[in-house]
Amino acid sequence: MLTILFDGVAYGMLLFVLACGLSVTLGLMNFINLAHGAFAMAGGYCTVILVNRLGVPFVLGVPIAFLVTALLGGLFERTLYVHVYARSHLDQVLFTIGLVFMSVAAVDYTMGSSQRFVQIPDALQGQFDVFGIGMGKYRLLIIVICGLLTIALQLILAKTRFGSRLRAAVDDQRVARGLGINVGAVFGITFAVGSGLAGLGGALGAEILGLDPTFPLRYMIYFLIVVTVGGTSSIVGPFLASILLGIGDVAGKYYVPTLGAFVIYAIMIVVLIWRPQGLFARSTAR
Amino acid sequence: MVTTSATAPLTPVLADDVAAYLKRRSRWSPLEVVFWIFAFASIWLFPDKYLILKDTAILALFALSLDLILGYAGIISLGQAAFFGIAGYFSGLVAKYGLINEPVIALVCSGVVAAALGFVTSFLVLRGSDLTRLMVTLGVSLMLGEVANRYASITGGADGLQGVDIAPVLGRWSFDLYGHNGYVYCLIVLFVCFVIARRIVYSPFGLSLRSLKGNALRAAAIGIPVKWRLVAIYTVSAGFAGIAGALLTQTTAFCSLDVFSLERSADLLLVLIIGGTGYLYGGLIGAVIYKFLQDWIATLTPQYWQFWIGLVLVVIVLVGRERVEGWIAAARGSVARLGDRLWTRIRPRSAALGGAADGD
Repeated sequence: MLTILFDGVAYGMLLFVLACGLSVTLGLMNFINLAHGAFAMAGGYCTVILVNRLGVPFVLGVPIAFLVTALLGGLFERTLYVHVYARSHLDQVLFTIGLVFMSVAAVDYTMGSSQRFVQIPDALQGQFDVFGIGMGKYRLLIIVICGLLTIALQLILAKTRFGSRLRAAVDDQRVARGLGINVGAVFGITFAVGSGLAGLGGALGAEILGLDPTFPLRYMIYFLIVVTVGGTSSIVGPFLASILLGIGDVAGKYYVPTLGAFVIYAIMIVVLIWRPQGLFARSTAR
Repeated sequence: MVTTSATAPLTPVLADDVAAYLKRRSRWSPLEVVFWIFAFASIWLFPDKYLILKDTAILALFALSLDLILGYAGIISLGQAAFFGIAGYFSGLVAKYGLINEPVIALVCSGVVAAALGFVTSFLVLRGSDLTRLMVTLGVSLMLGEVANRYASITGGADGLQGVDIAPVLGRWSFDLYGHNGYVYCLIVLFVCFVIARRIVYSPFGLSLRSLKGNALRAAAIGIPVKWRLVAIYTVSAGFAGIAGALLTQTTAFCSLDVFSLERSADLLLVLIIGGTGYLYGGLIGAVIYKFLQDWIATLTPQYWQFWIGLVLVVIVLVGRERVEGWIAAARGSVARLGDRLWTRIRPRSAALGGAADGD
């Protein structure tokens, strides 16, 4: 029972790191980025190449994956995404789905369609036994890393100058522009960091989530659930939503395995009907 | 312009004007006639291409259903596959267990089942923003996919629904191996559905849909019941999508879980974007171009054609959908003018009576 809770929390934390970039882009630019999972996949494959092929230590491979994906995200943002912000939602959906299709086929072509695993160092394998609860070392590491990241993100958002600019831009873009905030630059950096975090999540989660070319399609719906259920106005909402989703999914698969993901989709639809703005969102005028 | 549903009664003169306007708009242009003559001529023109032609006809009907809600009512949906799939399974199951043996009746029943699902889910779709709509439509189709997977004893699960035996159409024409009868059947169904859709779109109801796509608030202010119009068109569209799904099951005698997949809905959007939204031939032309492209790319790189499909989507958006549609509209306009000029030469009198391009 508690092991399921523990696994669920680890899974939820991972989902949060994967999806938090998406929630910011959606809230800030009102941009529907279905290709967010492609960046996570990029991070995962980057780690696979680094650790398995080039023999880079795992501890070093994961941060490199973060940097590479962040660079990739920044590059895409500056060259492609900027043209699409002002378009209709239909255009955004088409554009990002196109990117997803391309990334799936490209990875299939270069890496093959079979599932890949990252070699985790021996020190991280195995289990602790605390008060009769089996805790995987690797999952514990994920919880620690993701927890620290969450706290860091919350601090950056709440305490730094950049964070207040970002929040201002999310709340009202026009006024923020009028106050002299360079919304484009703020957004570019946020997008890059968000993609980087997705890449980090993909790198850490390759073991748990499974890494193959259809990754962006399989997890797209999960990211969107986190964002729509959690709301886009703060970081706490998506965090709670991902923890709930993680526990719900793990518990659902354990107790009623035959229903599969049905429970998750049903909960999502109910929540969206009940509170279209998200479960934890402040009611905003928009 | 849209006054038919307003509470104030029309003056007789205005009513006449409106009726004349609607009648003028809904007249079949020569180009449309040529299009359908060519479509039916394809039965004899391309006897070795029946399978791909049949798929194109089904895809065209499916795209037509999406165009009704996206192009005319402005509802963005990633879950049209839900209706396609449920009707596909329904028609397969009734044929397998011999509940409804006549394919035409089964087809109509499948359409009704899908429309019923559309009616129920339309209330979910009406709420919220574009993103919520995307999520809910996508969620519904994924949920149905999970259900179909869950009840594998009935649906066959991941192996697909096998052992479907489709009786001959109207007791006479059985589905042969070469797909001749199957294609003719699909084409006739497509044509009938198209005529119904055309009737809907050019009716006062269709005009009111356009107005509420343009500005829902103003449409409500002049007395259009926005919510019920959207419910109605969503239901109709679901029915058409269902008929398309049932056609696929009937002509292939098979149904698998991928009828619910996200790729199916996403491809459908691409089809409609290629052909252009907001006019009925968009889905049809888009389906022809898409199938041709897919066939061509698949012969070049059988495994990675999805990459090129994705590239087409990205390029279309970057170039600008409006611009692409503008080119298509310009091409359409020039072809229409050419057609009219020919028509004028052949039938000067009919042109004098008002056969000029109605420009819509």
